[in-house]
Amino acid sequence: MTTAPEFRLGADAVTVGYDRRIISRDLSVQIPDGSFTVIVGPNACGKSTLLRSLSRLITPTAGQVVLDGRSIASFKSKEVAQVLGLLPQTALAPDGITVADLVARGRHPHQGLMRRWSVADEDAVLAAMAATGITDLSGRLVDELSGGQRQRVWVAMVLAQQTPLLLLDEPTTFLDIAHQIDLMELFTDLNEQGSTLVAVLHDLNQAARYGTHLIAMKDGRIVAEGAPAEIVTAELVEEVFGLSCLVVPDPVTGTPSVAPIGRVRVRAS
Amino acid sequence: MSAPAGRIDFGARVIVVRRGPVALRFRMRTALVCLALGAATLAVSLVALCLGDLPLSVPEVISVFLGRQSGIVETVVLDWRLPRVLGAAVFGAALGVSGAIFQSMTRNPLASPDIIGLTAGSYAGALIVIIVLGGGTLPITIGALLGGLVAAALVYLLAYRQGVQGFRLIIVGIGISAMLGALSTYLVLRARLEVAMTAAIWGAGSLNPVGWPQLLPPLVVIVLVFVALTVLVTPLRQLELGDDAASSLGTRLEPARLGLVVCAVALTAVVTAAAGPIAFVALAAPQIARRLTRSAGVALAPSGFLGAFVLAGSDIVAQHALAMPLPVGVVTVVIGGGYLIWLLIHEARRRL
Amino acid sequence: MLGLLAAIAALILAVILSILFGSRQLSAEELVHALTAATGTSADQVVLDLRVPRTLAGIVVGAGLGVSGAVVQALTRNPIGDPGILGVNAGAGLFVALGVALFGASVPAEYLYFAFAGALVATVLVYLIGSAGRSGADPVRLTLAGVALAAVCTGITTGMTLLDPLTFNKLRGWSAGSFVERGYDVVLPVLPFAVLGVALALASARSLNTMGLGDELAFSLGTHLIRTRVVSVISITLLAGSATAIAGPIGFVGLMVPHIARWIVGPDQRWIIPYSVVLAPTVLLVSDVIGRLILWPSEVPVGIVTAFVGAPVLIYLVRRAKSSTL
Repeated sequence: MTTAPEFRLGADAVTVGYDRRIISRDLSVQIPDGSFTVIVGPNACGKSTLLRSLSRLITPTAGQVVLDGRSIASFKSKEVAQVLGLLPQTALAPDGITVADLVARGRHPHQGLMRRWSVADEDAVLAAMAATGITDLSGRLVDELSGGQRQRVWVAMVLAQQTPLLLLDEPTTFLDIAHQIDLMELFTDLNEQGSTLVAVLHDLNQAARYGTHLIAMKDGRIVAEGAPAEIVTAELVEEVFGLSCLVVPDPVTGTPSVAPIGRVRVRAS
Repeated sequence: MSAPAGRIDFGARVIVVRRGPVALRFRMRTALVCLALGAATLAVSLVALCLGDLPLSVPEVISVFLGRQSGIVETVVLDWRLPRVLGAAVFGAALGVSGAIFQSMTRNPLASPDIIGLTAGSYAGALIVIIVLGGGTLPITIGALLGGLVAAALVYLLAYRQGVQGFRLIIVGIGISAMLGALSTYLVLRARLEVAMTAAIWGAGSLNPVGWPQLLPPLVVIVLVFVALTVLVTPLRQLELGDDAASSLGTRLEPARLGLVVCAVALTAVVTAAAGPIAFVALAAPQIARRLTRSAGVALAPSGFLGAFVLAGSDIVAQHALAMPLPVGVVTVVIGGGYLIWLLIHEARRRL
Repeated sequence: MLGLLAAIAALILAVILSILFGSRQLSAEELVHALTAATGTSADQVVLDLRVPRTLAGIVVGAGLGVSGAVVQALTRNPIGDPGILGVNAGAGLFVALGVALFGASVPAEYLYFAFAGALVATVLVYLIGSAGRSGADPVRLTLAGVALAAVCTGITTGMTLLDPLTFNKLRGWSAGSFVERGYDVVLPVLPFAVLGVALALASARSLNTMGLGDELAFSLGTHLIRTRVVSVISITLLAGSATAIAGPIGFVGLMVPHIARWIVGPDQRWIIPYSVVLAPTVLLVSDVIGRLILWPSEVPVGIVTAFVGAPVLIYLVRRAKSSTL
């Protein structure tokens, strides 16, 4: 018998948008604690907006985002930063910064005026770099790295923040398939160690494979929510993405895998 | 689970200080550059104390500080020369730090306090006092201070739309500065020649009028701002990462930005009020400091030390290099620009 | 196309206003008389010897500033680019100061040659410094070089003028940017250079468009980067140099007008440049007329009026813009 999972982070009837444009109206969602939640949907469906409002980057014009039972706006910035970590889509690396320096910036929420480089900070940075496999890039300039390497550095920075909740906005952009899988498996490890993750992903198959809880959005609304095995069906993909497909079990993991039916037929060799 | 042992490779030597509640990390090169620049400034200042109508030797000057001289030598050093020499170093540091803050916040190596209308406002304010009210050191100082602050406030308010973005700030600053500059040009054009020249000399920036009464108030403000900056330097670093990353790491964006802008404006405003607009130190010092320390982004301390060194050195050149003393602002502009040109050529050759 | 015709109509209107208004009021009949059947009356003299040449100066200077502004913005990929950014004004000012101090120059017709030479030397130096690298002049380095050289020139100029009241007096008149005493003897020698500058700018328009997409993309689209940069810099030198040589430093027009043009016609240099040729003189002439009337009978130099006209427009535009690009 399943009881409703506890949740630390959620949105309660929020209306969010940019300037005058409303993206989502009266949206409610609860992120199950300990889950690896993945938000999927077509471009401009509001998934990034939802993530950004959950991480307090956007303030809802109505409703509130809830963290640990209170409105998230009632927390101090540093308090929130010790609980919620965000991997943003747009982040700037200052000119001339080295990898280790940038990862170390992630320790800011745990540092005080005089305590800027404690042993705990050092340990966290080392662990984060090891987990993302960038330890040997440690002294290099971020400017000189490839797009994929740079992305891993940003992930390491968020990991160094050591937060129980992690929000990831399209973390696998720019990465080749091997590194994408590496990263998704790292996230899975973190999830199994107790962190709650919320990620926006473009790749539906990866979402189904690694996510424990899927949220499918379209036009600013949540269309379906639940375990991948339950909700990823051809009908859902048709409804959300407008794509006809076949959903078959992934040969390796058994999770639902989407095979698109397009116009092009495979050429006979 | 224990973390792997061993130090982290930061790509450059670092110094870690852990004692009691204090745990800090510095880059070695930055610390060394600051020390070297500090020593150089000290040396230059000592030389400045020696030069003038009553030439003194270094041992003589030092003996004044040790209390072993009295009479005319003591007066010359302590009452006449010291405030000016101290002023050069402190004002230079203030300008360097102010420029560093602006460049870091706007992420633009060409940003300087000029962009927020401070220089143009101070000049216009001083001009109005000189031309309309007839001048006098204190009224000019007040006029410059008011003019600069009003201009800066105007620029900030006009650039504010749910927050201040670097680009918008620069554009509004250019607009307001241009209007104030045009006004100033017109006033200079219409004034009597002697008045216009007085105004222009003030406008070039000079440490001539800096005695103890002129030095102490700005000095107090500068020290207070430096203290405030020890707290604000961390948000400044975080802001370099972009608004999203900084915000999610716990920095409160608008209060940090406002605090930093107020500090930067205060630093430049008091210096400009006391000595007139001294160009280029705020613009060039952070860039030169950055290249010397090879650090990431723009750092406050090295910029300050370099600013102090540049202004102290420039003042010696301005006073003693030509037959007639020049305003120090003329020298900083030529030296600053020249050094920047040299850097550009040198950098290019290195990359080829 | 329709917009361009409207702009030309506006220019014609501005020209008429410029000839009509000034410290001496003229009537329409006097105007027509002077232009068609001049007989040497004082009204005729005012029109033919003062107003028309002055208006012509306004057109040439305006075109020079507007087009060089457009090219500078495209070349440095900097929306706040202004011809002064490449050190033109500072170099011209320095050489004019030298001309006054060393050679006793004292009228605009004499400043002309010094200013032009100064503008040329400055731009060439800026280009050389800014392009001491791999693919020719990188936008950031060009801008930095311009700022640096302008600083050095301004410093030396200020030093010179503060040491010699006579030079100071002459230079403060020139520094305000004005069309007073700018007769045919000032405008005509410079005119061919300005025309050449516009021609070169138009010829580079297409390449400048692709360069706006970034060096790599432009290169792959077949744009010859170095040649475009060199031609653009020559064009800027000729145009901004001509403008400053005639009238002294006038700010804002070069910054603002290309943006207005872009607002009307989109980011296509092939249209922005022609629009700038027409719009900038319009703005400049209108500013000049305002300068003549606002403190009538005394005159406010046009270089001062343009700041008060241009800055509010600029601030309004940037407040309206939603994104951080202008």
